[in-house]
Amino acid sequence: MRPARILLWAFGLLALLFLVAPVLAVLPLSFSAGSFLSYPLPGLSLRWYADFWTSSFWLPALWNSLRIGTGAALLAGTLGTLAAFGLWRARFPGRMLVLAVAMAPMVVPAIVVAVALLLAFGPLGLSNSFTGLVLAHATLGAPFVVVTVLAALEQFDPVQLRAAAACGASPVRAFRRICLPQILPGVAAGALFAFATSLDEVTVTLFLAGPAQRTLPRQMFSGLNDQLSLTIMAAAMVMVLLSVLLLLAVTLLRRRGEASSR
Amino acid sequence: MRGRLAAAALVAPLLLFLLAVFVLPIGAFLLRAVGEPDVPPVLPRTLAALDGWDGKAAPGEAAFAALVEDLRAARERDRANGEGEVARAAARLNNDWPGFRSLLPMTARRVAPPFEGGAREKLLDLAEEWGTPTPWAAIRRAAGPVSDFHLLAVLDLKRDSTGSIGAAPPEQAIFRGILWRTLWIGALATLACLAIGYPLAWLIATAPPRAVPWLLAGVLLPFWTSLIVRTAAWTVLLQREGVVNAALQALQLTAGPLPLLFNRGAVLLGMVHILLPFMVLPIYASLRALDWRLPRAALSLGASPWRTFLRISLPLSLPGVGAGCLLVFIQALGFYVTPALLGGANDQMIPYFVAFYATRTVNWGMAAALSLLLLAAVAVVVGIYGRLVGFSRMRTA
Repeated sequence: MRPARILLWAFGLLALLFLVAPVLAVLPLSFSAGSFLSYPLPGLSLRWYADFWTSSFWLPALWNSLRIGTGAALLAGTLGTLAAFGLWRARFPGRMLVLAVAMAPMVVPAIVVAVALLLAFGPLGLSNSFTGLVLAHATLGAPFVVVTVLAALEQFDPVQLRAAAACGASPVRAFRRICLPQILPGVAAGALFAFATSLDEVTVTLFLAGPAQRTLPRQMFSGLNDQLSLTIMAAAMVMVLLSVLLLLAVTLLRRRGEASSR
Repeated sequence: MRGRLAAAALVAPLLLFLLAVFVLPIGAFLLRAVGEPDVPPVLPRTLAALDGWDGKAAPGEAAFAALVEDLRAARERDRANGEGEVARAAARLNNDWPGFRSLLPMTARRVAPPFEGGAREKLLDLAEEWGTPTPWAAIRRAAGPVSDFHLLAVLDLKRDSTGSIGAAPPEQAIFRGILWRTLWIGALATLACLAIGYPLAWLIATAPPRAVPWLLAGVLLPFWTSLIVRTAAWTVLLQREGVVNAALQALQLTAGPLPLLFNRGAVLLGMVHILLPFMVLPIYASLRALDWRLPRAALSLGASPWRTFLRISLPLSLPGVGAGCLLVFIQALGFYVTPALLGGANDQMIPYFVAFYATRTVNWGMAAALSLLLLAAVAVVVGIYGRLVGFSRMRTA
């Protein structure tokens, strides 16, 4: 190997270390028997996980995160899939504008969305409500569904729809029986993206969630702002495990999507 | 034609949903930047009396009498329905001229009972400020129904009592500094991501196929790890009694704990860590799509490796670089959580001040004007990108 190549590998591996090491370095702290935020650990224990599992601060937040994420993913997945199919079907007037509106939640800073929704949801009774959070998180996740499903539709041959119509299938039936099964990995991946977006969301939740809708990231934010305890590291571990599960699921779906398009 | 209608009908649910929960709320919020809902209902007669005032000296007797009448009526209404109209108007006027928060309610209280003599004498007796044009000009600036007060304020500008635009008083002129700070932190984070991300993307694109999934996993795993978890990791690492300080002291490199948290360096470290995958993935995508026969041809024709990179590979990967820089810079401008947790008072960016005005002082006008400033900055960046690179060539992993 040439020296330049060795240098590149060294630099690249250091960069990967910078990406991976900070989180990997702090997660073992959650197994500490003591309460200090540094190494060496005085001993191993699951006391912080027990604390997490019995706490009225953390455990309800975990269930809330999962419920809100599921609601947002279902809503964004349904609306986003329909819209992506429509955008792919025909070039109707205003198509670019629709695409721009659908992508806007990716570009607009979260803080602007948060304050605007706080102001708008207040008089409607939607602030501090489960519904309000699901609606807000669904807007943030919808662009990912549209992009992912559009990418899946690129691989779909529209001639099949015409064949189905020629055989007498209604458009709805043709979509459900012919198109949907083939783009399903893309739809599922999009919904998982939306779920992950909701699971990760702090800013909007910070402004919109009342005491009954606290999510895991929101509790971590207030824990970090307030008093650092190792239970936060246990919560971080739970979130990392959820992220790894999501990443694995999306990777598998992507493989299947590529396999089905071949 | 039927196909088009059907397509539009399929798109409609998402479009209506986004209109209701995204576009309209944000539009209504941003309109608050120019709206003036607080003062006109409280001081209608005063505003009418100030119409045509030249602003050079305190207005005539009529304005004083109108103010007394307005304040009496508003106080009566506040008492009757338990609202705080006077307090709200005072809060809005206080943003313009500090002192109003106490001056207006105090004046309203003192002029409520009947008094002898002229309104002007009474008000000057209560507070000599009423004899200067300053409070009157502030009232007129809040006349509405729309005004440019908040928009000018976030640019450190202000209209004087005669209505011409000039620099804002120094104690209110903090926003240009905050804008530059936001752009500067965003630019530094983008440059750092580019400097680290390009070689890393190059390595992944040119590595042996067996190694690629592992290298990519090293980028994707943090990418999927929640932002709050990664910020928490830095908080724990950089604590006074945290991992890094403990390690430094155990190795006897430092005598005492270093102040690693709540400074600009910690904010940048956290931001680069969080944003780096957004730089690596688009550059990797454009390098993977690159026709590697072209640089090989350049090499075989005698170009040096460095020249080949500068003249062939780098220009061909520019769409990825552009997309990466755009993604990173736009997101950096909107960072709120990470600077709030890792930064000090001098490292907070525009989003922090939007949150501050919206929650601490309930000043929707300033929150909306700052949001407009932030969105304008984002729009300018997107526009420059569209000009230089174009959106049709944009590709991400």
